[in-house]
Amino acid sequence: MVAADEFHAPTMDEFFPAAILFEGTPFEMNRIMLIRVVMTAVLLLVFWLVLRRATVVPGRGQGLAELGLDFVRVNIAEDILGRDLGRRYFPLLAAIFFAILFMNLPGIIPGMNIAGTAVVGLPLLIALVSYVAFIYAGVKEVGGATFLKNALFPAGVPWPLYILLTPIEFLNIFIVRPISLALRLLLNMMVGHILLVLCFAATHFFFFSADGWLPVIGVGTLAGGFIMTIVELAVAVLQAYVFTLLTTVYIQQAAAEEH
Amino acid sequence: MAHGLIKAAEGNAPEGIALFFPAAYDIIWSAVVFGVILFFFVKFAIPKFTAILDERSAAIEGNIEKAESAQAEAAAQLEKYNELLAEARSEAGRIREQARLDGITILNELKEQASAEAARVTANAATQIEAERQAALASLRAEVGVLALDLASSVIGSQLSDDKKAAALVDSFLADLESSESSAGK
Repeated sequence: MVAADEFHAPTMDEFFPAAILFEGTPFEMNRIMLIRVVMTAVLLLVFWLVLRRATVVPGRGQGLAELGLDFVRVNIAEDILGRDLGRRYFPLLAAIFFAILFMNLPGIIPGMNIAGTAVVGLPLLIALVSYVAFIYAGVKEVGGATFLKNALFPAGVPWPLYILLTPIEFLNIFIVRPISLALRLLLNMMVGHILLVLCFAATHFFFFSADGWLPVIGVGTLAGGFIMTIVELAVAVLQAYVFTLLTTVYIQQAAAEEH
Repeated sequence: MAHGLIKAAEGNAPEGIALFFPAAYDIIWSAVVFGVILFFFVKFAIPKFTAILDERSAAIEGNIEKAESAQAEAAAQLEKYNELLAEARSEAGRIREQARLDGITILNELKEQASAEAARVTANAATQIEAERQAALASLRAEVGVLALDLASSVIGSQLSDDKKAAALVDSFLADLESSESSAGK
């Protein structure tokens, strides 16, 4: 069994590579953890370099960074939360957006080839941050009692319906929300990775191991891989956007005086 | 066979639902990287970005203010200029009107003077004519008396013996009358 002769289907093991450092400790580091650390460094470096010498009249790099930040500030934070609240939650929302974006991108960066968000830890952690953020927003902006009343007893409903509605709302807001946030991101990134590996592993197999006319199919799988890479780029941005947008909407709902 | 292929990589992946429960190292590294990113954005990136935005909007507002004050000044100047222009126009109109009124007054005065003069001349003429008429009347009356007397004395004084004498008498009377008339007309 030579590696080149065999078709390697992607497996779940892709997401749990062997440890590189500190094996067996809680700080065990594998490829994916390393990718997270590297991308964090890249994110910080990019924004630090650009904003370090930021000027009133922006240059090209600053303009690009401001485009991204302004997208979060205007199109997400201020559009949904309004000016005051938007300004207060903007740092958190920007951190969530750019963390997810920069963790998603390695999925299509050659050499890294897997997203930092393709393992459950990070999506779950950010979903918990979002969870804490909207509960905090509810307690801080309108008080715990009003927040719970708004959340669990929606106005304009005849009271007997609360018997049905309140458990559903509780389940939806306090349990389903963080789980769905985490799973949506995680599964998108996992499936994206598996699709890319499938395309490229198949291409490799068809080109180097298959006989007869089969290598022709490799052209198709290579094109598929190319298209999937572009799709994954879009998914990386879209998932970061969706995650941040939903967090903002949850904060807005929690902070609203009335629904 | 397929199972054998999948197992070929020999990994340590959790099975089933355990896939969705993070290992300790996973959650720890996630917390580390997200914590660092969050700290960076809260403490550096966003304050810096917001400061730049504020500075920019302040600069824009300053420029707008400057432009607005310049515009206001220009508007004030224009208004002043227009005011002066209107003043000058009304002044000119006033002067023109005054001149027209003065002209009318002068014309009227002249007309009045002229008609008064004409009236005076007419009155003088009438007076003179009346006086002359009176004089003519008086002299005529006196002359008619004399003539009547002459005629009567002539009629009585001469012997009207024949037609020749009578005709000569009448002729001489008429000649006398004519000559006296012409002398009276002078």
